[in-house]
Amino acid sequence: MCLGIPGRVVEVRGDGIAIVEFSDGVSIETDANTIEGIRPGDYVIVHAGIIIAKLSDEQLETWAKDISEFIAGLEEKGEEILDMLRSLEEENVAGKSGKD
Amino acid sequence: MDRGRLNSSDIIVAVIRKIARSLSGETVKIMDFCGTHEHTIVYSGIRSLMPENVELVAGPGCPVCVTPAHYIDTVIDLALNGVRVYTYGDTYLLPGSAPPLSKKPRTLADAKAEGADVVIVYSLLEAIKHHRLHGGESVFLAVGFETTAPSTASAVVNGMVPDGMTILNVHRLTPPIMRYTFNKHRNSPIRGVIAPGHVSTILGAKAWEFIPKEYGIPTVVAGFEPNDVLTAIAYILAMLKTGRPGLVNQYKRAVKWEGNKKAQELVNKCCEIVDASWRGLGIVPESGLAFRDKYSSIDAVYQYGLEQLKRKEWKYDLPPGCRCAEVTLGLAKPTDCPLFMKTCKPGSPYGPCMVSSEGACSVWARFGGGGLVEEIVRDLGLD
Repeated sequence: MCLGIPGRVVEVRGDGIAIVEFSDGVSIETDANTIEGIRPGDYVIVHAGIIIAKLSDEQLETWAKDISEFIAGLEEKGEEILDMLRSLEEENVAGKSGKD
Repeated sequence: MDRGRLNSSDIIVAVIRKIARSLSGETVKIMDFCGTHEHTIVYSGIRSLMPENVELVAGPGCPVCVTPAHYIDTVIDLALNGVRVYTYGDTYLLPGSAPPLSKKPRTLADAKAEGADVVIVYSLLEAIKHHRLHGGESVFLAVGFETTAPSTASAVVNGMVPDGMTILNVHRLTPPIMRYTFNKHRNSPIRGVIAPGHVSTILGAKAWEFIPKEYGIPTVVAGFEPNDVLTAIAYILAMLKTGRPGLVNQYKRAVKWEGNKKAQELVNKCCEIVDASWRGLGIVPESGLAFRDKYSSIDAVYQYGLEQLKRKEWKYDLPPGCRCAEVTLGLAKPTDCPLFMKTCKPGSPYGPCMVSSEGACSVWARFGGGGLVEEIVRDLGLD
């Protein structure tokens, strides 16, 4: 019950109901009365049959950009980060704690 | 370690370890307040990745676990008296106050086995559709925190509840139970809070401002991917290191500072805040919702003359030996309970925290030892 599931709005009906499709292909009727101006194509989070949040386009774009920059950064700084991780691992072995 | 294994989690964990090592003093206790966060932590083995001085503790994040036995007894009685009961799947197996193996039905599932009309639904919307099709007299058991309350409020305020159907409102609120929990941990204080992500979509990140302000505890609103939770932990440790407890919204892709105002308005229109009972804990001030008088026609409490639990009438409502109250407050781990995976298992839950898939005991039972490698190794006799 208490599980927020992201999905995509495929249809908005006049009676406050929106049809939302999830990643596994299941579509359900949801209560869309909590969100202003919901449109087909919007990404939303559904919780117990009601749309609790519309995922912000701006935030999703920033998020995607951050991830690609992050991956690019990893490529550049990979060796440096690996050195840091190696040194941590060596310390663990030296300490025989199995933990940091 | 080769380059192919390097991923973002490695880096966040490295950062966590680095900051944790530089922190002095006692173990840093970080509490999550959402069953889904606990699921992510256990399922992804995040506890095993933590340095020795960082402890992740599950707090009251499962509304099913805290729904008082009194209300389960109430809907069982209604069901046995010819009223159709609609319930979320999570509450179908939730025990009332009847002891195990007694003749009296202990759960809605037992009532159904005795011929009562009990229907499991995913949402109130589904219950409304079913009632319209089948008519008669029915009651919907509305449990849940602030995330679920808007679905009840929307149906009530928008006049969607059909004639013959009433709702038993057992919604509970998270900020008051957080305060209650902080007080219970006074001797060994909580030093970081992972605030519930989906409750925050409704209340807004601003709802948790009081935690760093009044309690000095760093707080992060987090999403539910493993990296979301790891990042939240890194933020908390960084705030502890700098000595500046604040509030960070890590889940900006879904959570706004102000929250979902429309949902807040619907809930305010429909309900008032009341003192409410929590399973195993008692009455917590201003921690529950009740329908406003103008909606008495759909209020099961009013329509059936039901008793709301008052402070003097409240009785301890956990079965003998069950440690769910301490587990709920993060004062005990599920594995500390002598009944865990013995008398009490996901297929035959004895206590409430083993019922819902978000209950700490159920999560630990299904995915092993809270994700603590040391515990699993000990259980298997490999140490």
